[in-house]
Amino acid sequence: MNFSELLGVEIIGLVFVLVFLALIILFIVYERSQKLNPLRPIRAFDRLRREIGLAVEAGKRLHVSLGRGGITGLEGGSALVGLSTLDRIARTASISDRPPVATSGDGTLTLLSQNTARGVFTSIGLENQFEPSSGRLVGVTPFSYAAGTLPVIYDEQVAANILAGHFGSEVALITDAAERSGGMTLGGSDNLSAQAVLYAASDEPLIGEELYATGAYLKAGPAHNASVRAQDVFRWVLIAVILVGAALKFFGIL
Amino acid sequence: MKISISAVIAIAFGGLVLAGYFIDVPRLALIRDVFLQYASILLGVALLVGLVNLFSVHWHKVTSSEKNYAYSTILLVAFVITILVAGFFGPTASWSLWIFEFIQVPVETSLMAILVVVLTFASIRLVRRRMNLFTLVFLGTALIVLIGSAPLFGVELPLLHGPSGLRALIAQIPAVAGARGLLLGVALGTIATGLRVLMGVDRPYEG
Repeated sequence: MNFSELLGVEIIGLVFVLVFLALIILFIVYERSQKLNPLRPIRAFDRLRREIGLAVEAGKRLHVSLGRGGITGLEGGSALVGLSTLDRIARTASISDRPPVATSGDGTLTLLSQNTARGVFTSIGLENQFEPSSGRLVGVTPFSYAAGTLPVIYDEQVAANILAGHFGSEVALITDAAERSGGMTLGGSDNLSAQAVLYAASDEPLIGEELYATGAYLKAGPAHNASVRAQDVFRWVLIAVILVGAALKFFGIL
Repeated sequence: MKISISAVIAIAFGGLVLAGYFIDVPRLALIRDVFLQYASILLGVALLVGLVNLFSVHWHKVTSSEKNYAYSTILLVAFVITILVAGFFGPTASWSLWIFEFIQVPVETSLMAILVVVLTFASIRLVRRRMNLFTLVFLGTALIVLIGSAPLFGVELPLLHGPSGLRALIAQIPAVAGARGLLLGVALGTIATGLRVLMGVDRPYEG
């Protein structure tokens, strides 16, 4: 009988989630007391901050592509990251004449992106500047989503495109349009094919878990920093478990 | 941090659904299933609202004669015809399937064909944009896997093709290891994001 059979997969999962939660809370406390080292610099986020400033100065628009995943499936995590990215970008660019536009391939994401934009404008007292068209459904299949995003990039004076969500290889059509229109692209996804395409086709790719650190690097608050640190701890734990497991297997113990 | 009613509801329902997955209590599993059914219905309604949003955005483009509004006109016409046909005859009727098979599938297949060209150009541009060791490894690996996927002019090279060739070695060991590493990172990120929503830190549902 192995470890998971002995305790039950559910209990291990619950313990994993609770420990993760406890670590996040612990790191929030540490973040507030400012006893922790700053996060390692990631070039993509430095460039994103600069591009947001340039777009605001030039009176151009920022485009956040939230992908075509819903929020109830496995791809929900990357979609929620896209929404928190939209929130940060909309706040930073709120003084701009042209508010950011968010495109998505799922009805729920469209509604949430509109809610996010409305929330930002309400919180800064500019409710009348909210446009419902700042969150758009552009297509519900992979290629219709890519095709529907192209007019936004070409026709709406987009200075930078932030792709954060669930995509497939069709994301190359979006990055190609961004390249042709002279806009910067920063992209990350939970899908491995999309990650490979974004590595080749975007200006600033976010690989693996870098996408999930977006909020922390855009100064979304101590909880975002804390969750990145909790991820780091668990990554090292998993590396140790894999190495120990490999060693035990090698010596015939497991 | 101010907690609103919507945040309390979202946290409570999220917590109940999560508990339903981990704690083996039949009543909890039943509650989880009911909530997930509600979520499915809401997703359907959200899609309808999204389609109205799609229509209104393009309607606005046409009525205000924005740049390239001709494409929006085509979209609106296709939208209305599809809704009418599928609504009148049903989604599995021959006319509805005709639209799917002879319009949507060919258009999406054409986009897939364009994707091949776009990806090739992206690889070439990558050399210009970011010339470093990782780029060379990325392109070298892609080239080896691509050439090794089929016999070269009908000839199979023992070092490249076959189950013990270089292509199989790359696909079975470093590619799988790398993919698993990335997926572990994505899984940890997803858990962290989900927990932030459950803690009420991220609240995209609050307008």
